[in-house]
Amino acid sequence: MTEFLQQLLNGLSLGAIYALIALGYTMVYGVLRFINFAHSDVFMVGAFIGYFAGKHLPHGTVWGGLVALAAAMAGCAVLGIVIERLAYRPLRGGPTLNVLITAIGVSLFLEYTGQLVFGATPRAFPAIFPAKIISVRGLVVSMNQVIVIVVAAVLMVALQLSVYRTKIGMAMRAVSLNPKAAQLVGVNIDVVISFTFGLGSALAAAGGVLYALNYPSIDPLMGMVPGLKAFVAAVLGGVGNIPGAALGALILGMVETFVDGSRWSTYKDAIAFAILIGILLFRPAGLLGRFTTEKV
Amino acid sequence: MFRLLRPLLAAVSAAMALSAPAYSQETIKIGEYASLTGKEAAFGQSSHKGTLLAIEEMNAAGGVLGRQLELITEDNQTKQGESATIVKKLISREKVVGVLGEVASMRSLEAAPICQAYRVPMISPSSTNPKVTQIGNYIFRVCFIDPFQGTVMAKFAKETLKIRKVALLTSVSSAYSVGLAKYFKERFIADGGEVVIEQKFTEGDKDFNAQLTAIKASGVEGIFVPGYYTEAALICKQARDLGMTVPLFGGDGWEAPELIEIGGDAVEGCYYSTHYSPEVDTPAVKEFVAKFQARFEGEIPDAMAALGYDSAGVMVDAIRRAGSTDEPAVRDALAATRDFPGVTGSTSMDKDRNASKAAVIIMVKDGKFKFVQSIAP
Repeated sequence: MTEFLQQLLNGLSLGAIYALIALGYTMVYGVLRFINFAHSDVFMVGAFIGYFAGKHLPHGTVWGGLVALAAAMAGCAVLGIVIERLAYRPLRGGPTLNVLITAIGVSLFLEYTGQLVFGATPRAFPAIFPAKIISVRGLVVSMNQVIVIVVAAVLMVALQLSVYRTKIGMAMRAVSLNPKAAQLVGVNIDVVISFTFGLGSALAAAGGVLYALNYPSIDPLMGMVPGLKAFVAAVLGGVGNIPGAALGALILGMVETFVDGSRWSTYKDAIAFAILIGILLFRPAGLLGRFTTEKV
Repeated sequence: MFRLLRPLLAAVSAAMALSAPAYSQETIKIGEYASLTGKEAAFGQSSHKGTLLAIEEMNAAGGVLGRQLELITEDNQTKQGESATIVKKLISREKVVGVLGEVASMRSLEAAPICQAYRVPMISPSSTNPKVTQIGNYIFRVCFIDPFQGTVMAKFAKETLKIRKVALLTSVSSAYSVGLAKYFKERFIADGGEVVIEQKFTEGDKDFNAQLTAIKASGVEGIFVPGYYTEAALICKQARDLGMTVPLFGGDGWEAPELIEIGGDAVEGCYYSTHYSPEVDTPAVKEFVAKFQARFEGEIPDAMAALGYDSAGVMVDAIRRAGSTDEPAVRDALAATRDFPGVTGSTSMDKDRNASKAAVIIMVKDGKFKFVQSIAP
């Protein structure tokens, strides 16, 4: 029983990180109908900003950790807006495939610039938050896991509120529904799209810092695998749907953890992806997605 | 394909030889491929520094056969597939006499078939998987192999650490890890121990909580992690975070300063087996450590550096004894290597082109690598 609860907790904290990345994918998709493949590298940049900020802050304090987290989120929000302005905006209105290929280009650009600037050697991420282990009847909860789950939950609630309770959130939903009509009623599309990229990138940065905190070895290619998993999670939940992304990420995190802890651990990814295929067979639009016909 | 290319290559190289300055005609080129960047960069960097030091020293002493040596190093970025490409380049473009590399068995296994096909002798400084030298008669190594290393760690766990129930946490995507786990398990069970649980991961994984939670529930007294330092450090960290206090131990793949840098307090009290320790009290080791520190800003050479140094020494010694840079002659001389005095002990090639040497056990204590004991073959 303890083992089961422990695995549940492990899965929850892994899923929470996937969720933060998945939200960025899903938001950009919801507004622009394209997959931003550079997102996983923004995640990496976030971890590195957290690393450099963490070096100049006192280690092991809550406020120091929060400052590093905020710095990474702010830095990546700017990065996300710049990427959109320079790489995607000039292509807007053209075929989606062009933007998609550009996104892959931006992704490779960030990865290899990262290797050039930061070096390809993994670095040890500083323990910026207080490291403590709480043990309750054999169930071990590390402070990092608590931080990951709490920060992820707070950010997701904040995101949900900003999308449904604020003016810019309403504009976002309007653009997502019909960009032309939104423009006709006076929504500034450029601002909304920049905001979406900024917000999504900030969440990826938070994911990056939390990921690095839990697995303290960071390198410029660290975004690839979690990025792929988060993308899968977004599709699983119904891409374009915010609660769906969170749900998909949690399911993926749980499945991975439970398979990893069993003796079929070698088939971890195979089983996770088999479940994905199974769900998509029965619900082609994902768990919470609405099915709409699309012109490719 | 090769047969067609050969006259062409010969023509090109003849043309180049005519135009090239006298200097390049006279050097003897030795190729090296190493993971200078990427996930296992610590291995490549250490090994390269050792190799470089050896070549520089031999050049200062007048080179070999009256010619200077030239080390041509290529980086495989710790990427799969890259070693094959760069070794092909070293052989066909640079025309190296011999090839040195790699540390990781999986990458040596990529390059070895190419060296064998082109009939260019290759020495792996520190790949311990037996399959590496089984590729063919042009492939050698200057270190011990995993059946021995696995035996050493099984004996150490059983007799010194008094562990009866052990867990294995193996990387399924690395030839080194799978091999070492197999030999450890065979010996440990033969000695009356019990392998209670076996868990797997793949190279590049960062989350091991699930596997470790399952291991924790099985109530073992120790965990054998035959992997490389990046994963080993994270595994130790996550095991301690889960409240596990049992010792973790591994093989020479753990040997890198990053183990302590990433692992921090979590790797305290962990053990691994390796080829050499700078604390071993022999004149050869003392001299090597002093020379290495003078050349590389006070850095203390680890086992990969020592084996890199020895691999270059053995290669050049074979060229000297062969009396030519003709590859088959160098190969025959390499196979006949007997009692070459190296830093990691005296090197003799057995009939399977492996060296048989003592292993040392290292413990992490107070953030430093401490020599525990030496185990002879």
